[in-house]
Amino acid sequence: MSQIQMLRADPMVLARRQAIVSALSRAVSQGAVITGDTGLRAFETDALTAYRAVPLAAVLPQTTAEVSRVLKFCNENSIKVVARGAGTSLSGGALPLEDCIVLGLSRMNRVLDVNFADRTATVEAGITNLGISNAVAQARFFYAPDPSSQLACTIGGNIAMNSGGAHCLKYGVTANNVLKLKMVLMDGEIVELGGDYLDGQGYDLLGFAVGSEGQFGVVTEATVRILRQAEAARPLLIGFPSAEAAGGCVAAIVADGLIPVAIEFMDKLAIQVCGDFAKAGYPRDAEAMLIVEVEGSERDIEEQIARVTEIAGRFDPTTIQISQSEEQSAAIWKGRKAAFGAVGRISDFYCMDGVIPLGKQAGVLKQVGKVGEKYGLKILNIFHAGDGNLHPLILYNANDGREKVAAEECGAELLKLCVDAGGCLTGEHGVGIEKRELMRYQYTEADLIQQMRVKAAFDPQWLLNPGKVFPLDLQDRFMAGAQ
Amino acid sequence: MADVFMPRNEEELAGFLTDAHAGRNPLEICGFRSKREAGRPLNASAVISAAKLSGITLYEPKELVISAKAGTPLYEVEAALAGQNQELAFEPADLCRIYGGDALSASVGAVAAMNISGPRRILRGAARDNMLGLRAVNGEGSPIKSGGRVMKNVTGVDLVRGLSGSWGTLSVFTEVTFKVMPKAPESRTVIFLALSDEAAVGVMSAAMGTPYEVSGTIHLHGELAGRLSDQEIAPARTALTALRLEGAPRSLGSRVERLRRELAPFGGTYELDPQRSKDFWADIRSLSFLSANFDRPLWRIATAPSKAPLIVRALSVFFEVNAAYEWSGGLLWLELPPSSDASATEVRRVLAEFDADSMLMRAPRAVRAGVEVFHPLPFTKMKIVQALKNAFDPAGILNPGRMYEGV
Repeated sequence: MSQIQMLRADPMVLARRQAIVSALSRAVSQGAVITGDTGLRAFETDALTAYRAVPLAAVLPQTTAEVSRVLKFCNENSIKVVARGAGTSLSGGALPLEDCIVLGLSRMNRVLDVNFADRTATVEAGITNLGISNAVAQARFFYAPDPSSQLACTIGGNIAMNSGGAHCLKYGVTANNVLKLKMVLMDGEIVELGGDYLDGQGYDLLGFAVGSEGQFGVVTEATVRILRQAEAARPLLIGFPSAEAAGGCVAAIVADGLIPVAIEFMDKLAIQVCGDFAKAGYPRDAEAMLIVEVEGSERDIEEQIARVTEIAGRFDPTTIQISQSEEQSAAIWKGRKAAFGAVGRISDFYCMDGVIPLGKQAGVLKQVGKVGEKYGLKILNIFHAGDGNLHPLILYNANDGREKVAAEECGAELLKLCVDAGGCLTGEHGVGIEKRELMRYQYTEADLIQQMRVKAAFDPQWLLNPGKVFPLDLQDRFMAGAQ
Repeated sequence: MADVFMPRNEEELAGFLTDAHAGRNPLEICGFRSKREAGRPLNASAVISAAKLSGITLYEPKELVISAKAGTPLYEVEAALAGQNQELAFEPADLCRIYGGDALSASVGAVAAMNISGPRRILRGAARDNMLGLRAVNGEGSPIKSGGRVMKNVTGVDLVRGLSGSWGTLSVFTEVTFKVMPKAPESRTVIFLALSDEAAVGVMSAAMGTPYEVSGTIHLHGELAGRLSDQEIAPARTALTALRLEGAPRSLGSRVERLRRELAPFGGTYELDPQRSKDFWADIRSLSFLSANFDRPLWRIATAPSKAPLIVRALSVFFEVNAAYEWSGGLLWLELPPSSDASATEVRRVLAEFDADSMLMRAPRAVRAGVEVFHPLPFTKMKIVQALKNAFDPAGILNPGRMYEGV
């Protein structure tokens, strides 16, 4: 894809590359500055792989003090900085610029403290999402937000994007599960936002910072809430003769006062592709399928399954399969969580992330199909139905230039559909470079200027992750001092 | 008495603020003025009340979402939700006990602006976690919106959470959208008596570490327990520790049983039946365990639960402390004897040893004028706070000085 404009590199900065690298090498321990072409290839893109740029250098610090020295140097020399966790952003959030340095947090991946009495864990920003849950699993605790990339993605990236996952219907998103951040500001100052406690009084700096897409500061440590695992959890699969029936069932479950821990939707194409991949036993004859997971004690689970089954019965289900074992449950979730990998085996795809009000699902899904037909592209629908977070995967051929452009245009139209339905452009992937120019569709210019002023309150020189989130012309105007 | 301006819509408010910005006229921002005696005293030339920005603008029970204009009385929102068997899961505390007024005088704008949560916060998140969208007008008179009406939204900078708890110093809210939840059908309460503070926090933390979904915890010193309305509990004036579970009757019973079994090592318990349990937590939500004596300084301390008893013990060296531990110890209410600085010196000296947040919730006006009401900020954080104030309200007209001097 090539429609999104990349920022032009500053030749003056490029010309100083050698001097910058030498200075950075003095600021961090040996081996922490990556400069060779081969080494830098690893940092040229994230999971929005259609866009690439090789940065000036990548720095892999091991301490907050190193991060502080690097940022202070970059601030004094007006060098842009793009922070990076595992590089799994689907919106180009960690995409570098040719005249920036990438600050990779992957070497800061330790668990610093676990406190089961207070139910908190303090970790470095480069630890993986699943790494936190693994560190506390023996005591039957876990860290709740669970993005599909949780094996690879880092807590630092989750904080930057305010990541969600399949289970946030009950447990909330990253912002609801983070208590304290250690953040290094662009001038090298180290601040702590939040505390070892819930809700202090005073400005909610933590609230501003979570989801700021690496534009406010570089998070090096986080204290997160850990929760006791439910006694047990059990998914059930329900097949439906139409997407409308599945959508109606979701609305009826929620309206009944049942809040399952997760409700996932898949359409026919997704059922086939993901079911085959995971050997999950998905109902191939169904037009749409829900994975509904309930949890609690054995008795709670039985009661909830009985109610879900009863409600589903009103929507002509083609099949209802209740998981009978840990293995079956794992297979059911494997098909869902490995969806990207499974789809990637059959086609290139472009993953969208719009959100719509719960009552609008059936109508919007129909329109999604029509938009796909208009562009001559197949769209596979997988989404978090419990919270209205759609993930249409647009299938296309990356080697066909015209199809690439069509996929991008198709994606933009789908996101506008979500906004028109009363929803938003992104539920958990973030804006990045991908949806930057669409921001005007959801917000007025006054809204965006206010957001940019908040960004500038943290990073007045606009050196952290520039070119993301806000429309480029607005950023230019803002930086020219027009606001 | 300053003039009170009650805009009828966002445009009127925007026009008024544009003028006030140009004239640099300091304004007091309020709903029904029931919390005027909160924060630092301020001198304003006029008052803006959201009282006429009133009414529920959207309620979709099947989508679990409600929007209301900022001046809508909280009870009106709660009544609409109750009609559909739903509720605000964060159970906003009623602050009348602290500031006077009656339960009818809280607005949804105040709930958002002060981030007011209640007992169920520990299970279902705070007000800020249940806020989906916000409309407001900033200090230049520019209407802004953030978030929306959907459950997940990471589109741009999160002004919804950011503005929660900003006490009207960054913008004037005009509409708030909340996520709502089905009402819990029934509750039961398990009570321990006469536990030490350390043991009580131990019990509450152990309970929160079980998989039984404890939805409320409190530990009250004897004098505070004596103010509750339950006539079997109050007269004994004995320290009391309570744990709440909620759910459908059948599964609830078995969860309560297992919780009691697991916590047996902490001592004997008894149980409140559903009606008493409901009344008990209504009492906790309205903070009726606190003294209604307005001269009695009241502190709110947010801390890691395990540190709460240490803080109380350290302060008890200086004076008699009446303490309530909510949120399994993470939220401390401290009643201290009256003094010229509401004991701010001792409180802050003790808290310097802990990573905790303190706010002087109640003290006579003259006292609040002379001490830092909100927790003092280190220099670097104060710089961010000032930069944010400047980003929303560059002329400094909105509730100036309500939180910090010069902000």
